[in-house]
Formats: sequence, C-alpha cells, structure tokens
Amino acid sequence: MDRVPILKIGEILLVSIQIDMEDQVALQLQEDLADRIVATGTHGVVIDISALDIVDSFVGRTLATIASISRVLDAETVVVGMRPAVAITLVELGLQLPGIRTALNVELGIELLDREHLGEPDQEDVVIEP
Amino acid sequence: MALSADEASRFATLLEENRDELVASWTDRVAATLRGRLSHAELERQHGELGKGLHAALSGGGRLLTDEQSAELRAQLSELSSSRARQGFSATETAVSVFALKDAVFGILDRVGGDAILRDYVAFTSFVDDAALFTFDSYVRVRESLIADQAEQLLELSTPVVKLWEGVVAVPLVGTLDSARAQVVMERLLQTLVDTSSPYAIIDITGVPAVDTQVAQHILKTVVAARLMGADCIISGIRPQIAQTIVALGIEFGDIATKASLADALRYVLSKSNGR
Repeated sequence: MDRVPILKIGEILLVSIQIDMEDQVALQLQEDLADRIVATGTHGVVIDISALDIVDSFVGRTLATIASISRVLDAETVVVGMRPAVAITLVELGLQLPGIRTALNVELGIELLDREHLGEPDQEDVVIEP
Repeated sequence: MALSADEASRFATLLEENRDELVASWTDRVAATLRGRLSHAELERQHGELGKGLHAALSGGGRLLTDEQSAELRAQLSELSSSRARQGFSATETAVSVFALKDAVFGILDRVGGDAILRDYVAFTSFVDDAALFTFDSYVRVRESLIADQAEQLLELSTPVVKLWEGVVAVPLVGTLDSARAQVVMERLLQTLVDTSSPYAIIDITGVPAVDTQVAQHILKTVVAARLMGADCIISGIRPQIAQTIVALGIEFGDIATKASLADALRYVLSKSNGR
C-alpha cells in the first residue's frame, strides 16, 4: 500500500502528499503523523497538497482531523500549496476547511509556523532568529 | 436545382468567351453599391478570379455549389466574404457582390440571344443564389468569430492583476462584474497569488458601477477561495453610495477587511506584514 512520507526538517514535520488520498492512505497518514509528532516532539506540521488535483469532502475532513489531532499533541498544522482550481471548486461546493490554517507555499507555511512560536514566549525550546 | 451537364458547359463557354465584358459589367454594378470604398482595380481583380473559379467549376463538371469540383470556388467565396467582413462592409454589400453577377450574365445572354435563354438563365440564377447564400453564411461566421475574439480581448483587458508591493497584489476591477468576468478575475487572481507567492491581495472596486447581491457574492467567493489557499484579501475602493447599497441590501462581508481607498488598504497590508 502507498504511504505518504513524513520528513523532519529542523523543528517541523513536512508532509508532501503526492498520491491520491484514498481512505486507507489517509488513515495511515493520520496514524503515522501522530506517532511522529510524539516521537519528535515537534510543534509544527506543514502539509503540502500542491500535487493534489482533487480535494473532496473526504480529503477535507481528513485534513481537518489531522489538524485537530496535531493540536491535541501541541503541534500547529498548516496546509500549503492548494491549487487555484481546487480552491475554486471547494468554494463552489460550499466546502470550507474549518480549523485549518493555510499558506500559499511551503516557505510561507514554515514562516507562519515560526511566527506562531515567536508569539508564544513561554516556549523555551524553540530558538528561532526573527 | 442542379444545372444540367449541357447548361453547365454552355455557361462555361459563355464565361470563357465573354470574360472581359462580364468582369467589367459585374465590377461596374458592384462598384456602384460600394460607393468607392474598394478601388475599381481591386474589385476587377476579385471578380476576375471569381470568374475563373466559376468557369473552372462549371467546365470541370460541377453542377451544384456543394460539388467537389466547386471546392475552389467555395474557397474563393469564403475568402471574399471574410475580407469584406473584416473591412466592415454590411451583409447586403457583401451579398450584392455575388448577386450582381446575375445582371452581368443576363446582359450578355440578352445580347447573344438564342432559343433557351430563359431556361438557361433560370438555371444559372439558382446556382448564383446558392453562391450568394454561401457567401452570406461565411460572412456571418467571420463576423461571429470577430465578435467572439473581441469579447475575449475585452475580458482580458479589463482584468489586470498588478503587483503593488513585495507580497501584495491588487486587482482594480473596472466595469460591471458578471459571472463570466468574476470567474476570470478569480482564476487570474488566484493564479497570480501562486505565481508571485503573495500572501496579500487587494480587490479594488472603485470602477464597479453598482454592487448588488450577486456581485458581492462573486467577490466573497474570490476572497474565500484566496483564504483557502492561504492568502488574505482586502476589499478597497468602496464609494459612499456603494457602502449605502451594501448595508441596505444586508450584505455581510464578515471578517473581511474593507477599506475606503486603495491607499488605506495598502497601508493596512504593509502594517500587517511588518508586524509579523
């Protein structure tokens, strides 16, 4: 079965979805990601969906679930790289992605996470220069 | 009605023998209706070629305009009508160019005389009528494609996405925003956001004459789509009357930032992005 790789880059986990999100793949990703967050103690997850042509309600809900799970584990999730066509389709269908933060690309997503952590001075384990 | 083989060959001979006279009289008639907008020489050249095409079709055994032998003639006719359409001639003026051939031929038939003039003339007339109808059809086709091209150009002209600052793009909307344009604007804006990776977009509606619920709906959709992609939209250029209309219609922009002028919007965006 296909698996989505989870890469650790510095303080964050990067998930780049490059295959069709079928039910099994999504559930597997959900499990893997929860494991990795706990194992690495990260506070930021970036999910790149720039390779996805189709984001339906199932994928949307999966992303929302992943974001919620991450939040419980004290990690902020940013979904990045949504294609214009995908965004238009979601809007036309009236589907929103509640509770999910978004950014245009991986770079801006990481920047967003950095900002979040700088805004929380009580987190001493994060050392990022502005 | 198809020409009989006899008639076709008789006409081919007639055209061949009286070519110069025919072209001259044909050109005179057409020139009179076009009132000097095409030079005599130009018309004479066109008619000379058409005459040759007609002769080739008839002598080649063509009985109808739709026959294989008339392919060359059809090509000439559609070329004629497309050039007339592009030069701005009316449909009548274009069709008359072909119809005038009937008068010219009648003049010659009348002079030559013979037993079967009337029968021949009627048969030939129906052939020319077909040709004229064909011309008319291609004239309309060319005009329609011209109009479609122009509409497309207009759509492109009217929806530029400009970069205002590093990470800030703006869409100055000018003119009425219908569904088709709203769609183009949305696609352009979202694509530009991706291409320039700008996290901020300003939609300026100074040039939009009226904002009703539908226009607002289009703008809201664009803003929500941009948000889904991770960019923030600010709506600017709201004129006093528009603000009153928006409130009167009960349109809610929710937590979308709205500013009176583009300058305000830019200042707002810059202060937000500096505060990062």
